Amino acid sequence: MTAPFAGFGLGLRKPHYAKFLEHRVPVDFVEVISENFMVEGGRPRQILRDVRARYPIALHGVSMSIGSADGLDGAYLARLRALVDEIEPLFVSDHLSWTRIEGFSSHDLLPLPYTSEALDLVCANIARAQDALGRAMLVENPSTYIDFSPADMTEWQFLDAMCARTGCGLLLDVNNVFVSASNHGFDPIAYLDGVPHHRVRQIHLAGHSMGEDLLIDTHDQPVPGSVWDLYAYVLPRLGPVATMIERDDDIPPLADLLAELAVARNIGRKHMRQAA
Amino acid sequence: MSLIELQRDLRDWLVREDRWSARRLGDDAAPGLRVYLNNYRAQLVACLDDSFARTRDWIGEAAFRQSVIAHVERVPPSSWTLDAYTRDFPATLSLLYPSDAEVAELAWIDCALGEAFVGPDASVADAAMLGEIDWDNAMLHFTPTLDLGDLSTNAPAIWSALAAGDMPPAVEYLPEPGAVLVWRHEQVSRFRAIDQIERQALLAARGGLSFADMCEGIVAACGQDRGVALSGQLLGQWLADGLISRVEERPVSI
Repeated sequence: MTAPFAGFGLGLRKPHYAKFLEHRVPVDFVEVISENFMVEGGRPRQILRDVRARYPIALHGVSMSIGSADGLDGAYLARLRALVDEIEPLFVSDHLSWTRIEGFSSHDLLPLPYTSEALDLVCANIARAQDALGRAMLVENPSTYIDFSPADMTEWQFLDAMCARTGCGLLLDVNNVFVSASNHGFDPIAYLDGVPHHRVRQIHLAGHSMGEDLLIDTHDQPVPGSVWDLYAYVLPRLGPVATMIERDDDIPPLADLLAELAVARNIGRKHMRQAA
Repeated sequence: MSLIELQRDLRDWLVREDRWSARRLGDDAAPGLRVYLNNYRAQLVACLDDSFARTRDWIGEAAFRQSVIAHVERVPPSSWTLDAYTRDFPATLSLLYPSDAEVAELAWIDCALGEAFVGPDASVADAAMLGEIDWDNAMLHFTPTLDLGDLSTNAPAIWSALAAGDMPPAVEYLPEPGAVLVWRHEQVSRFRAIDQIERQALLAARGGLSFADMCEGIVAACGQDRGVALSGQLLGQWLADGLISRVEERPVSI
């Protein structure tokens, strides 16, 4: 059996396309936003093909809407499947959230209540998506700004049950754990202890900003110390896992992101050895 | 509250800032609801900002911002892709600027260029390979990114000047309705203004009329000599533009 992929990568964003295509950037993989490339043709799709010829790619979606009470969009799944078939990605992921209801698309990741009703629905939607894609997907824990208490379970219990019932993997966003823990007052260590460690296939690291009342998952800052600490805490508890730095706004020079990735590699080297 | 009721309430908060929906989501939800509302609006504003640069240059930052706010209030997004959110903005501008037709026409050009940029790939017919074609039975197939818009002003000239950083010309209304043609060639979205003869010819040929029948239509509109010459010119122009993806000979019935 092949060991799970455990490389270190970056989110590939427009300002750095040329560098990734003109040079051999020292990353093990890149992650792209699926929807940016679920187009019929033209330069974006060609760029993705060219990148794929040089680097393994993870496809990360924002619009599957696995929490939609009225189900998934079949046309969306068909387009994603076509992209998956062409790119043959390492991972296909999306979020534990919803964006679509009754013909409305929010284009923002909206929160779910952690109830039995929501769990049944999310599991049914993931099962349909995995059938349509012909593979298991990864589901990412979200940053949330509303806590629909009282709930039937915690977010980590929800993720555990969801993985067990659908066979999907987890994309553990350590920054999102920190942001939601800060906003809702739960212990991030209890969260990291509670997620199903053997299901985690990929980790996201990112930065956040303080809003008016809440921490916001802005992805416009370097990874802060609080997130590095949680990463170092959880890593020895996981098996081999891929790690990625996510930066979507105020995107710095590529060298800065590679320096952050080097920090992740150092922590990874130390703690994955402990896990082995 | 069921999941679908919760999702309808959150939608109504985002789309209409509905206070009753917000209240049903809980008193403690107010700070979070403000974050989601801000994120929702910011995404849509950024999408329109990115997609309508020349329209913004023309009407100015403040007027553009007001138009975007009006559009976000008027048209909630319905597709999984933000690319689709651009499609109705020209119609909103028509309502906001009923006496300034060039505004919506500039927006249509901005939007169509964006759509062509990510439209389907297609081969381009090689003019050198067309010597043996039986033109009496030829059918033209066009690049799938070809799009046609109506034109009543010199919006294409304004767009080009703005894109080049030049002083744009004053608005001029065309003596008769025109059209603007948008397509992608060699990974670059392009456009040019066309007259009604070319528009009709393109629509006819794209609709399945043979090249010969299309020429007959041009001859009927322009007279024999001019019609024949114009048909040849149009074919040459379309080939040079990369508008024709292939030329097929229609089977001859015996």
